[in-house]
Amino acid sequence: MVKEGYRKERLDRGIKARCDSIFMLTSYREILYMLLPRVLPIAALIIIPLVLEVSGQVYWQKVFILACVISLLAMGWDYLASVGLVSLGQALFFGVGAYIAGALNHYLKWPIFLTIPVATLGGALICTLLLAPIIRMRGIYFGMVTLAFPLFFNRIIEATKLCGGTEGLPGLTQFPTIWVATYLIIGALLICLFAFRRIIDTDYGMVLRGIRDNDRAIMASGINIYWVKVQAIFICAAAGAFAGAFMSHHIGIVGMSVFALDMSIMPVAAVVLGGGGTFAGATLGTFILVPLSEFLRAYGTLRIAIYSLVMVVCVVGLPEGIFHYLQRKYHQFDRWVTVEAKE
Amino acid sequence: MKRDLLKVVNLTKSFGGVRAVDEVSFEVAEGEFLGLIGPNGSGKTTTVNLITGYVKSDKGKVFFKGKDITGKAPYAIANIGIARSFQMVRPLYQLPAFKNIVVALRSPRVMKEIRGGKYGELDDIAIDLLEDVGFERDSFVPYKLASALPHGYLKRMELARCMALRPDLYILDELFSGMSMSEVAATMFIIEKMKQGGKTVIMIEHRLRELFRVADRVLVLNFGRKIAEGTPKEISESNEVKKAYIGVEVELA
Repeated sequence: MVKEGYRKERLDRGIKARCDSIFMLTSYREILYMLLPRVLPIAALIIIPLVLEVSGQVYWQKVFILACVISLLAMGWDYLASVGLVSLGQALFFGVGAYIAGALNHYLKWPIFLTIPVATLGGALICTLLLAPIIRMRGIYFGMVTLAFPLFFNRIIEATKLCGGTEGLPGLTQFPTIWVATYLIIGALLICLFAFRRIIDTDYGMVLRGIRDNDRAIMASGINIYWVKVQAIFICAAAGAFAGAFMSHHIGIVGMSVFALDMSIMPVAAVVLGGGGTFAGATLGTFILVPLSEFLRAYGTLRIAIYSLVMVVCVVGLPEGIFHYLQRKYHQFDRWVTVEAKE
Repeated sequence: MKRDLLKVVNLTKSFGGVRAVDEVSFEVAEGEFLGLIGPNGSGKTTTVNLITGYVKSDKGKVFFKGKDITGKAPYAIANIGIARSFQMVRPLYQLPAFKNIVVALRSPRVMKEIRGGKYGELDDIAIDLLEDVGFERDSFVPYKLASALPHGYLKRMELARCMALRPDLYILDELFSGMSMSEVAATMFIIEKMKQGGKTVIMIEHRLRELFRVADRVLVLNFGRKIAEGTPKEISESNEVKKAYIGVEVELA
């Protein structure tokens, strides 16, 4: 909407300016203004499972856990994207983590508290070694190779009957109660969210963002960009592998579906919808997309059509992403000001 | 006699059928100020790219402090002590100006000297460096996003990034291009201070008046070949150089 003779002006809210200094601590309103956007989502994450339990929505409890798992993958994607690496194969990290945890538990009978850490670190290491040779590729080329890896593993498992083949590995140890599972994954999500946001604001994070901006300038600054990229892949892969290991213990079986294309596409779609670069946007995006996709199951085959339509409308309407839009509205207000006519 | 800091032997590079750099050899002594000039497309920037590892050479060797550094990665060469600026500015547009410098301060070469770098310490060093190259600290210029800075500032930020590495050899690739007259004068002051400080510099420049004022020795390239070498006075009187620049031999009446 553009009004004739007017122009939109965006200004920071007064309260935002007042919150920039230490003096914000002198007023409860300013403290609230700073704390609410951080505390509310955390509180919501902790309370939603309880509400679902009270109202007896077992199915939606599972959806909630799935959303947490996908959001770990989405945040990992966002982290890699901040170094300029576009991954189209988050399923690789997810699947490798899931299969390591599954195999250790199924064949060696290792308990959960051992398999998950081992799968997280081991899976991250394996994925990093797999991707290290193609670290010099940029943009879509890196994406294509990462897209190929999960498909490759999928077929390898099918053809060689490795780890149970198409049957998968059933009968894995499950979490004692659903509460352990729920709060474990919520804790992991919150740690990832705040740790990633913290890292990206440090000087190390400046280097990460600088590599996406201009890798030659970073090389001229004497920093080994390939080593930094390997570190970024390791961290992203660790988040994904944890999600995978968690999921295989949560549902008690690990099968070829962990390498499915869904696991690669969902995180990307979530970041595009929620807004990249902030990690909170990735989380917000998943918590919209995953429930939406489950909700639409009632519509049968039309599901994907409606789903795609919603995606297109969101992306066209809010190309910056939902999170960036909300953030701007929270910190700034806009008003119409008259434009002096040019005579 | 001072020892050679940098020694380039028979450096050659072809792009397709074009010989961009053809059997170029030269030395730079410690504390020397070398000018590198030549018409457009004569291979000056390619020579720098070959020395600093951005382009792989077909033939030839580069020695720095007597060690062979041919074919090393650009970041490794920056850590050995060769800092370069880019002709086309390459700032990190999304970051504030001083964070651009902090990135260079985080290189292994500098971190060894600074040790640790407690919270904010690197920021202070970066802002001091930017002030040295003429960023007005009082008007918060160092804190602005690089994307909001004018071209002249970005050029000087390139210089500050080189200084941040505390290199043994500076390679400045057309530092003055795109700068206004007053900015050139201000930057010239910094360059002269570097010369007085005994820094070793290779400077590519099209502004010959400024270059000849500071250079000890000038090297002229044309079509990738070294066509002349000598003091600024010799070069400015050489007929071959005039021919390369203007195309025909001109009689100065």
